[in-house]
Amino acid sequence: MAVDVGTVAAGRTAGDVARGSLHQHIRADFPILERTVRDGKPLVYLDSGATSQRPVCVIDAEQEFVTDHYAAVKRGAHQLAEESTEFFEGARARLASFVGAARPEELIFTAGATAALNLVAYSMGNASWAGPEAQRFRVGPGDEILVTEMEHHANLVPWQELCRRTGATLRWFGLTDEYRLDLSDLGSLITSRTKVLALTHQSNVLGTVPPVAELTEAAHRAGALVVLDACQSVPHAPVDFGALGVDFAAFSGHKMLGPTGIGALYGRYDLLATLPPFLTGGSMIDEVFLDHSTYAAPPARFEAGTPPVTQAVALGAAVDYLTELGMDAVRAHGKELTGLALQGLSALPGVHILGPSDVVDRGPAVSFLVDGIHPHDVGQLLDDAGVAVRTGHHCAWPLHRRYGVAASTRATFGVYSTPDEVDALVDAVAGAQRFFGAR
Amino acid sequence: MEQLYAEIILDHSRAPHHAGLREPFDAQVHQVNPTCGDEVTMRVSLSGGGPGATVTDISHDSLGCSISQASTSMLTDLLIGRSRDEALEVLTSFEAMVTSKGADAGDEDVLGDAVAFAGVAQYPNRVKCALLGWMAFKDAILQASSTETDPSTNPDHAPSGE
Repeated sequence: MAVDVGTVAAGRTAGDVARGSLHQHIRADFPILERTVRDGKPLVYLDSGATSQRPVCVIDAEQEFVTDHYAAVKRGAHQLAEESTEFFEGARARLASFVGAARPEELIFTAGATAALNLVAYSMGNASWAGPEAQRFRVGPGDEILVTEMEHHANLVPWQELCRRTGATLRWFGLTDEYRLDLSDLGSLITSRTKVLALTHQSNVLGTVPPVAELTEAAHRAGALVVLDACQSVPHAPVDFGALGVDFAAFSGHKMLGPTGIGALYGRYDLLATLPPFLTGGSMIDEVFLDHSTYAAPPARFEAGTPPVTQAVALGAAVDYLTELGMDAVRAHGKELTGLALQGLSALPGVHILGPSDVVDRGPAVSFLVDGIHPHDVGQLLDDAGVAVRTGHHCAWPLHRRYGVAASTRATFGVYSTPDEVDALVDAVAGAQRFFGAR
Repeated sequence: MEQLYAEIILDHSRAPHHAGLREPFDAQVHQVNPTCGDEVTMRVSLSGGGPGATVTDISHDSLGCSISQASTSMLTDLLIGRSRDEALEVLTSFEAMVTSKGADAGDEDVLGDAVAFAGVAQYPNRVKCALLGWMAFKDAILQASSTETDPSTNPDHAPSGE
């Protein structure tokens, strides 16, 4: 069986993209970017951090798979079941290799990144009544779970809940006035009481990239497990979880040019093999008796029920597409646009960047505040100009509270975003200032 | 945009009426829009009892976009001095207008200046903004009415301020 779902980007060379012209070559791969909004205005889609648009090859891969190969995976005594399984496991292998997993079995398909983070938190909770093999995952009174003030709610609330259920204590790294992680208390925060360090690989609001490798080393020295929220990093930069040394990492499909309804949990194999399961039922078992069951090896151990097969296949195509672009080029492109946006927006009087002022250790998310205009109103005026951004707290309420604001306006860039679109953003913000100021 | 941000809406948002929490009050409520973090604290004062009770004062402390600020501001102008039931009728009419997706232009005889919010109905994302203060008012009226019959049912109730 040799159906290639990943043939894309023909005719491009690494040299083309290295000149920072990534978007020129691939714009046409994303049909939705051709459409207009709000009475004929060209769409300027700057909300890729919330969800990315999908290239034709991803849309086609899903349709081709469903049209010609779809069946239940892993069982079924027929050819379609074999083909379907091959597509599904092939996608797993490509995704695993894309993020630096040592083997495909270290990659668990989930319903999304939120589901992946909850999987870890709930499985650790289940360790309290599992066997001795799960000892290292147990948390209880006196233990501490460490997060940061810039976490997305998805990497905060599950840990609050784990603390509530087990009696463990939640602690956190604060943020500096320069919008970086405050590491001045590192020695008193990471201690022998720390059981988990859960942190983001890139803030979805500030764009800030914390020193994950160093923090992971410190956490490991203290005997803690490290759980990384990689939702914003995997789509925008080369990511190697194995090299970073983290124990678990979660990311979502729909932010990396793939479909909704799928995400992944990376976990070191030796940990996954002893972590108690979270969801139980079909497909995740080894043997089942009426009064008890034994559980399968990873990844099946954590994939109870029918997996998101169609979405996995499409996500595999997205991985192929990103691989073809080259993640170094993707990162360079994001940095170029981020630099332009920081420059353009900070040049407007009354506009303040909520995030680092340069592109060092920073991803392509640019949040900002406009004096005298509420973010909702900024967003409304931008929308009227065809510029799609996000407004609100972006599921990072504690972060906004830290900086004394209720909400912000956020522009995020994707591989297909262009310098012209950054100009359109800056012009539209200036337009919003005129609208609310002059009338 | 001029349809959504009518001049009167911008005027109210720049200087919301009856802003700043006042005493005395019969109920105080706090409403948050969890999607954007906007919030309003509202105090309502009633005189008399039952459906004919008069809304003698409404004051508020709000944090939010121009739509939510202006909407809360206009609400205070419209509802202070009305009977409880009249106020709830205005509320029902306002809610129907902004959730109508444009089908209900609003009855100026009932809503007065608040018909300016008819444009909000075209923007589903902003309906919650326009309704934030109104939902707070509804809550406050329910709270004031329940304490009126049985003060023990509402521990948050603080009729004489502190």
